[in-house]
Amino acid sequence: MAKMAFAILAACVLTACSQPVNSPYPAAEAGKSVLYSAFGERPKHLDPARSYSENEYVFLGNIYEPPLQYHYLKRPYVLEPQTAAVMPTVRYFDAAGRELPADADSAAIALSEYEIRIKPGIRYQPHPCFARDAAGKPRYIPMRPEELADIDHFQDFSETGSRELTADDYVYQIRRLAHPRVQSPILGLMSDYIVGLKDLAKALAEAAKAQSKEDYLDINAFDFEGAYVVDRYTYRVRIKGKYPQFVYWLAMPFFAPVPEEAERFYRQPGMAAKNFSLDWQPVGTGAYYLAENEPNRVMRLQRNPHYREDFYPAEGAPGDREAGLLADAGQRLPMVDTVVYSLEKEDVPYWNKFLQGYYDASGITSDSFDQAIRMNADGEPDLTPDMRERGIQLATAARPTLSYMGFNMLDPVVGGLSEPARKLRQALSIAIDYEEFISIFLNGRGLLGQGPIPPGIFGHREGVAGINPVVFRVDCGTGVSPPLAKGGRGGSATTAVAQAALKSPPTPLYERGESRAAGDCAKFKRRPLEEAKKLLAEAGYPNGRDARTGQHLTLYFDTAASGPEAKSRMDWFRKQFAKLDIQLVVRATDYNRFQDKMRKGSAQIFEWGWNADYPDPENFLFLLYGPHRKVGTGGENAANYQNPEFDRLFERMKDMDNGPERQAVIDQMVHIAREDAPWIFAFHPKSFGLRHGWVKNVKPNLMSHNLLKYRRVDPAARAAYQAKWNRPALWPLAVTAALLAGMIWPAVAAYRRRQKATANA
Amino acid sequence: MLNYIVRRLLYAIPILLGVNLLTFALFFMVNTPEDMARIHLGAKHVTPEAIEGWKREHGYDKPLFFNAAAEGAAKVSDTLFVEKSLKLFVLDFGPADDGRDIAREIKTRMWPSLAIALPTFLVGLLAYISFALLLVFFRGTRLDTAGVILCVALMSISGLFYVIAGQYLMGKLWHWFPISGYQPGLDAWKFLLMPVLVSLAAGIGDSARFYRALFIEEIGKDYVRTARAKGLSELRVLFRHVLGNAMIPILTGVVVVIPRLFLGSLIIESFFGIPGLGSYTIDAIQAQDFAIVRSMVFLGSLLYIIGLVLTDISYTLVDPRVRLE
Amino acid sequence: MNFKPVLLWSDALILLLLAAAAAGVWLLRHNETFRAPLRQVLASRMGSATALILAVYVGIGLLDSLHYVERLPDEPGREAQYSGEVKSVLDKLLAPLRENVEKTYSAPFATHLYAKETMIGPDGRELRDYPRLKHGGAHLADPDTEFWPDVLKRGGLGVLGGMVCWVLLVFSLWQRGRSHGALAWTLLCILVVSGLLVALAPHYHVLGTDKVGQDVLYLSLKSVRTGLLIGTLTTLVVLPLAIGLGIAAGYFGGFVDDVIQYLYTTLNSIPGVLLIAAAVLVVQVQIEAHPELFDTSAARADMRLLALCGILGLTGWTGLARLLRAETLKLRELEFVQAARAFGVSRTRILARHLLPNVMHLVLITVVIDFSGLVLAEAVLSYVGVGVDPAMISFGNMINGARLELAREPVVWWQLAAAFLFMFVLVLAANLFADQVRDALDPKAKGRA
Repeated sequence: MAKMAFAILAACVLTACSQPVNSPYPAAEAGKSVLYSAFGERPKHLDPARSYSENEYVFLGNIYEPPLQYHYLKRPYVLEPQTAAVMPTVRYFDAAGRELPADADSAAIALSEYEIRIKPGIRYQPHPCFARDAAGKPRYIPMRPEELADIDHFQDFSETGSRELTADDYVYQIRRLAHPRVQSPILGLMSDYIVGLKDLAKALAEAAKAQSKEDYLDINAFDFEGAYVVDRYTYRVRIKGKYPQFVYWLAMPFFAPVPEEAERFYRQPGMAAKNFSLDWQPVGTGAYYLAENEPNRVMRLQRNPHYREDFYPAEGAPGDREAGLLADAGQRLPMVDTVVYSLEKEDVPYWNKFLQGYYDASGITSDSFDQAIRMNADGEPDLTPDMRERGIQLATAARPTLSYMGFNMLDPVVGGLSEPARKLRQALSIAIDYEEFISIFLNGRGLLGQGPIPPGIFGHREGVAGINPVVFRVDCGTGVSPPLAKGGRGGSATTAVAQAALKSPPTPLYERGESRAAGDCAKFKRRPLEEAKKLLAEAGYPNGRDARTGQHLTLYFDTAASGPEAKSRMDWFRKQFAKLDIQLVVRATDYNRFQDKMRKGSAQIFEWGWNADYPDPENFLFLLYGPHRKVGTGGENAANYQNPEFDRLFERMKDMDNGPERQAVIDQMVHIAREDAPWIFAFHPKSFGLRHGWVKNVKPNLMSHNLLKYRRVDPAARAAYQAKWNRPALWPLAVTAALLAGMIWPAVAAYRRRQKATANA
Repeated sequence: MLNYIVRRLLYAIPILLGVNLLTFALFFMVNTPEDMARIHLGAKHVTPEAIEGWKREHGYDKPLFFNAAAEGAAKVSDTLFVEKSLKLFVLDFGPADDGRDIAREIKTRMWPSLAIALPTFLVGLLAYISFALLLVFFRGTRLDTAGVILCVALMSISGLFYVIAGQYLMGKLWHWFPISGYQPGLDAWKFLLMPVLVSLAAGIGDSARFYRALFIEEIGKDYVRTARAKGLSELRVLFRHVLGNAMIPILTGVVVVIPRLFLGSLIIESFFGIPGLGSYTIDAIQAQDFAIVRSMVFLGSLLYIIGLVLTDISYTLVDPRVRLE
Repeated sequence: MNFKPVLLWSDALILLLLAAAAAGVWLLRHNETFRAPLRQVLASRMGSATALILAVYVGIGLLDSLHYVERLPDEPGREAQYSGEVKSVLDKLLAPLRENVEKTYSAPFATHLYAKETMIGPDGRELRDYPRLKHGGAHLADPDTEFWPDVLKRGGLGVLGGMVCWVLLVFSLWQRGRSHGALAWTLLCILVVSGLLVALAPHYHVLGTDKVGQDVLYLSLKSVRTGLLIGTLTTLVVLPLAIGLGIAAGYFGGFVDDVIQYLYTTLNSIPGVLLIAAAVLVVQVQIEAHPELFDTSAARADMRLLALCGILGLTGWTGLARLLRAETLKLRELEFVQAARAFGVSRTRILARHLLPNVMHLVLITVVIDFSGLVLAEAVLSYVGVGVDPAMISFGNMINGARLELAREPVVWWQLAAAFLFMFVLVLAANLFADQVRDALDPKAKGRA
């Protein structure tokens, strides 16, 4: 075998392959305007009404265009029109149908009506569902079964067509949310907001049951008041009550246009068995279309030849110009012809291929971190000399994500709003040293959690003003008694303060201390373990033993995580609980069982996280809203936390516009959550992205999904680097050959001896 | 002979039925249809109505083995087990729980699996047998002892080490092959060579030793001595007589696995990112996609049974004395 | 008593296994068909050396199987309370290794961590450097100059100690006339290595530390029990099934034979990993359904390990059963069985007195040969995700973790190397020992090289 390998290698070296021998891509692609990336898991759904996960949006975001998008460069994230001509307008009506002024009290508003006007002249990607024959009739709708029998791959549909985008397509998609065969994950949520969606879903479900599975279900034939077309380019959506967060949904693929022709085309008998479905072959107006869909191996996006006139933004956030992010301002988008996503399930090969130049960008795993990043003198992350030499660039951004450790508030030991239970949770909040966690497991790629709202989202407070006084205290390193320790917390004083806080609108805790001190000193420190031990004793567990029975306190940690990474994390958690002499039993289980426990409320302590759907504090605070609790209602409040005061404040906060008033309400809510400590606010992960120097215009944007159109690539530079980094080592072949040669001699000698022996015998 | 084959294949039916029963029982002890719905619907905002809808859409809204609500024979036939497992017998695997057609998936994924498994199998057989013959040729000498010790040492190393080390050295350090991935067509060789080399290395200890033992046993027999006494050269004795007569035990171990080559190797495929049936199976286990697991178990069993029949047939080919009846 | 013994299920089964083995030896002590070959194995160079190595592993495993809980400090007026953490005698012996936990990776014999950290320097400024380890080499004031002298001094003492022990042991064995070369040399190696470890391990991390700073030598030693258990307890399931069903199928034939053949063809035809994966999931569900029975991590991990052994046993009995069936078919026709039948000896008696002893050599050979395969299988199953509990220290979990470490730069190689080394020695010894046993017991193997 070694000889064969040698022969092939040698042949390849001699004929001077146009690309290195270990290149995973076809030689024909070399030097083209292609962007190389990877996906770790095959996307389950590519139907914009159904897909609801980050790894699918990577594709969908570039194919489908909802009316709005987030500005690529500006921070904090701002919405801007995408296919919409202008930002949507909203009108409010009361129960009697009278129009209300824009500043009307939200309680009086019974109905909001959003009007969205789209740009004319936008066209769909080429697709067989639009193809027409000479007579102008749809070419493939209807399609004879024997005609379909000849078609094996999607590319076999030889004729394609396109047409202009209209407001109908947007309304059609909103109706599709209720389609029983689409099973949209937001149907339940949107039924609470969009007028008549629930009834539509019910009517459609009944109709679907009545007909055979093969038959086409015409969802346009049903009554639906929730969305309607005004003219060719304008449509309106009717929302129950006031729901200011609705505009954020208008930037998600759920509200992207879907042409009715696509449904008619794909729902024909025999299509699904060939994997031809909207869930598999999208039809969009975006900058790219899905040209090759083989999720076992590769997904290829190709530039949409009919893409509308779209230009690189001319303005950005401060510093963007210096970073070269505005160099392409005003350029026609998209700038790359093809984007190839290869299947790469594991981190290790991904990272190695990135270093070999075969992927254009990469994240950083905790194992590759030391190789790529070192902290500079200011404690800021910086690239290592090795990475610099390779021309690799680093971009960091705080993710609008919260990771937390949750307590099941229904649990008899750690749950409930009673004083001892609260103290137990506070003690644990102090004892679990997430600074160390972030440094070991995230290599510092995380921001210590101080409350439920991540940075970059309205309501988050930076610096000392935002610290969680239950767990941290301001520390100026001068030995001066920290201002918060006095009235801030500890013992019954805390409760008094907390209760007072509940009765009268409180000043936030951190403002009660001398604000001067906060201004002078920007450092804070975790409270010492002694305080945690004291709290634990007050909770009824001195030295980690139940004061009543004398038994060791044993707590249970439920997790669905498995694998080596999880193991070391569990070991670490055990160590943290042991600091308070508490035994931690890890109940590792599979994902199903874990979910089941969470639903039944039989878990005790768990890890959980939340990714922002949209940049609004409501999207985080609702995770603690009592009526959304997991047990019983199946909501997203995994800790089953329920505090009436918090719930009351939430209901007020959610309809408010951003401003000082809203901030004050949020501050109160955050304060309550910190005191009750249903969660240990663990960390907000920071995204660290590496990319090679030949990829331009990369700025992390964690809300947008249509990022590919902004990218530019320099294929010549890439080819040069790839050649440089991938010279095959030939010495092992030489060594093998030498070894084999070395073995021949004793073999020959033994053979001779044998011959002699048989001859003599 | 045809008679025999038909009989053997009929005998396969109760076995496959047993296999199906077992997988059903095991799987539904772990997963309720509701669990499956939740997995496929994702984590956010899942309502009970959505779950019901999913179950209805995918045919999981029926009882498992016994439908008390139905009439007469439908009590047994209108159930999940009958609905889902009988179709397998005509190789209609239906769609996976994510909506993709399984038969189609198997058809495309089978080729990469075969592209690795077949060369590994053939080259491996050739290499292991030649190596074993070499050892036998030098039996009793230091070379033989060294070879046997090498074999035992090689087989004492966990297969994972071979894969890890192979990928690290050949892929990362020496830049010989792409670290992982696959391209169909002519480009495939550079993706296949490394997994094949690694599997060959991982198998050599065990197999070479096994074949050596077979040959040594054969070489001690009288007819070999007679042949040698007639003055046949050592090489001729080895290839003609020893190898020929060791064929039956070799076939017993070898033919049975041939049909299963289609299923690919779980570990190799998932390590090197080969989109074959092995990685398909692993993914299905991890995603708890029952439809796929069930189909792969069924297919595995079927291929195994075919392998048994093939083994019997191959006996008649190498040894005319064997008759099937 | 300031401790209370704890008997985990696996411990109980080990004791059962030991008792069974002892009983077997007792019963067969006069049986020349077994005594002679076994004496032959132990008298051979390879046999005695590998047996000694295996004995060391078994010793480690046994020490790790004696579990207890420590008594908590008494409080007045209360009953004695015990800690919830289950420890083993091995943990106690290795206390310095177990407790000397660093923050994260450190290389073998390192005195500093493997990654740089921000620290406050003596002048009050922040700097980034490799921090000193909390335990490894902590007794050295200046590692740069003192490291080598210290290691050489301690290492030398360790080697010396090992040799002294060796001399004493060999001398006393010699007097009883029971020693020969290979055994003595193996013993020397073992004693010198243990001497070195005893001298160095409490002061340095001889094999480095893992991601959360645990000593890799400790992890490797703890993995031994897991590996041994998988290899041995599985046979507890395999033996009754294989012997019972195999002999029954062969002896009774007809309908019984058909049913048993059907059973093992069906089991055989399912791809093994799928069957094991499904069964492991089932067991996990059962554990979840009865959390009150498994209140400590040790008990949970233990149950999962046992379940794994059980499942491996349930899927693994077919090979031996087939072998026994074939052998019984042959034996059944032999004269002495026919004669017994003619004399009206009862079936059970024929099975127990005439057939069973005559297939025992096959059973023994299969058991020793399968052992190494099972140890290796554990690693692969852990990779697929259906192995032992992730919290359990095992070779499979170590390798699995080490896979990611190879991607690091500079590479973290010691966990993989340690797992490789410990596993390789165990499996190699087991393989070589199995060869000897087979050569001695298998009549067909006689005369093979």
